[in-house]
Amino acid sequence: MTAPKPDHLPRVDEVGVDERVARFRSRSIKKASKVEALNLVLSQIDLTTLEGQDTPGKVRQLCQKAMRLHDTLPDIPHVAAVCVYPMMVEEAKKALGASGIKVASVATSFPSGMAPSDVKLEEIKLAVGLGADEIDMVISRGKFLEGKYQEVFDEIVACKEACGDAHLKVILETGELGTLDRVRHASLLAMQAGADFIKTSTGKIQPAATMPVTLVMLQAIRDYYYDTGRMVGMKPAGGISKAKLAIHYLVMLRETLGEAWMSPDWFRFGASSLANDVLMQLQKQRTGIYQSEDYFSKD
Amino acid sequence: MDKTIKAEGRSIDSTPSRKTPSAAKSASGGRAKLPTSTRLSVEKTYKLYINGKFPRTESGRYFTVADAKGNIAANMCRASRKDFREAVLAARAAFNSWAGASAYLRGQILYRVAEMLEARAEQFVTELKLMGLDKRAASREVTAAIDCLVYYAGWTDKYQQVFSAVNPVASSHFNFSILEPVGVVSILAGQENALLGFVEAISPVIAGGNTGIALASQQNPLCAISFAEVLHSSDVPPGVINILSGYRNELAEHFASHMNVNAIIANGDDAGEIKMIQEQAANNIKRVIIRKEAIAPDPYQIIDTQETKTTWHPIGG
Repeated sequence: MTAPKPDHLPRVDEVGVDERVARFRSRSIKKASKVEALNLVLSQIDLTTLEGQDTPGKVRQLCQKAMRLHDTLPDIPHVAAVCVYPMMVEEAKKALGASGIKVASVATSFPSGMAPSDVKLEEIKLAVGLGADEIDMVISRGKFLEGKYQEVFDEIVACKEACGDAHLKVILETGELGTLDRVRHASLLAMQAGADFIKTSTGKIQPAATMPVTLVMLQAIRDYYYDTGRMVGMKPAGGISKAKLAIHYLVMLRETLGEAWMSPDWFRFGASSLANDVLMQLQKQRTGIYQSEDYFSKD
Repeated sequence: MDKTIKAEGRSIDSTPSRKTPSAAKSASGGRAKLPTSTRLSVEKTYKLYINGKFPRTESGRYFTVADAKGNIAANMCRASRKDFREAVLAARAAFNSWAGASAYLRGQILYRVAEMLEARAEQFVTELKLMGLDKRAASREVTAAIDCLVYYAGWTDKYQQVFSAVNPVASSHFNFSILEPVGVVSILAGQENALLGFVEAISPVIAGGNTGIALASQQNPLCAISFAEVLHSSDVPPGVINILSGYRNELAEHFASHMNVNAIIANGDDAGEIKMIQEQAANNIKRVIIRKEAIAPDPYQIIDTQETKTTWHPIGG
């Protein structure tokens, strides 16, 4: 299989994208629909800890939070997955038990991706062997920007093979790609190479996920679906820490890909502090009283 | 007609001192007279003060304030609970650095506020007169407000030494109590003394390192909003004091219930409102300070929004 070339792709209208995004941000979601949206956001969160200072203790703590987001709020879902480094997969798997929460592991020399291909594949196999249900890989941005699209493509194909049954999320690191045209190109390349999900960012580079970038990726998913009939998931990650912004993303998802993608199976938020803000909003809806971070557990 | 346009066109860029030779030659009647119009005075738009900026209310609502003669003095923003929510976020974000600022710096900034108010005294006298005070009473109120700021500026580096203590205990511990600001304070300013009452309400709060959100007097909010301009030009960091105008009976409940507010100061004697405040404040055990009538500045008003931290430090074996 050959990688798609940029010259065969339609150009992205950046002004049009910004205007469309501004429209999504003006939608007013209130009361019952807001509560429903907030619950959906919670169920789509990949609760993430990707720090050099992570310890097994911290990961166990995060898993407890993932399973029981709040003590007293009634009828709230658990998050979709916990996202950790390969070293922490075993610990997370053990802590989550039969809760139904997936363990996602970053791999392929996250976040830079600067390692030889065989090392990256080994890392994926190791993480899958330890029990990871999902693998978040990074593409080689350097090679992509150099124009070596085929090498990037072949690497994703090899990674997908190494994943076996595990789901593969491909991180484009859009903050390093520079233009929306390249985002669109990289999205298509990743999907054709077999990605189950495409993901905006590692969260280690600014800017991370933005609404314009996510819209371009969603449109790429839609067009790919029309061409092939295969659904691909979307995961914006990094910088989405407020419930209000998350709801804007859901509006964008609903109006670009439709009802079928409105589930944790097809859309995820990569976030560490979003969950607490959503819980605060839910509590506000329930009691009518504005909330404080002081009364919600940090991890 | 054609000629007039030509002449006017020329008159725009050819001032008497820079007449080009060709223009001088062709202008037969000298400069054409521009049509005159009566000048409209430029009225101030009174807005909210949140996070060091002057936004309008997000709700788009306003209410009218009448002067002493019953004429419309201004349209004021009628702040909503969402404006209050934004103000609390700003105050919380500003808290750590303001509480951590040295006592001297807080004192200097308060003194700077007094300086700025002194420089603008006339503006405030005019506003107070508009609301019905005579000139002498207005001047007296502005002077008292300036003195109040200077008074609390002086206390910033002294209340700790006066009110902290080393406590005698019957064990081998060094036991001491120091004061720390409680956090974010919501303030319902009194309806009387539009300027002085407002300044007296907020000064001890920020002197002690707290940040706050103040609701201006509903009948008489002009001075409080103008005072925001004084704060804005006095190195008071954004968010340390946020000022709203609006309906007290609509906003008081949120001032009292917000979980991210640590204390509430209410000036007024409405029994129903006081009961509501006490009930709502119980949600997060907010400190409630009710001031039924105006009191002259004193250091105990700083202590009202301070938390005492007592430390047991082992000594000897």
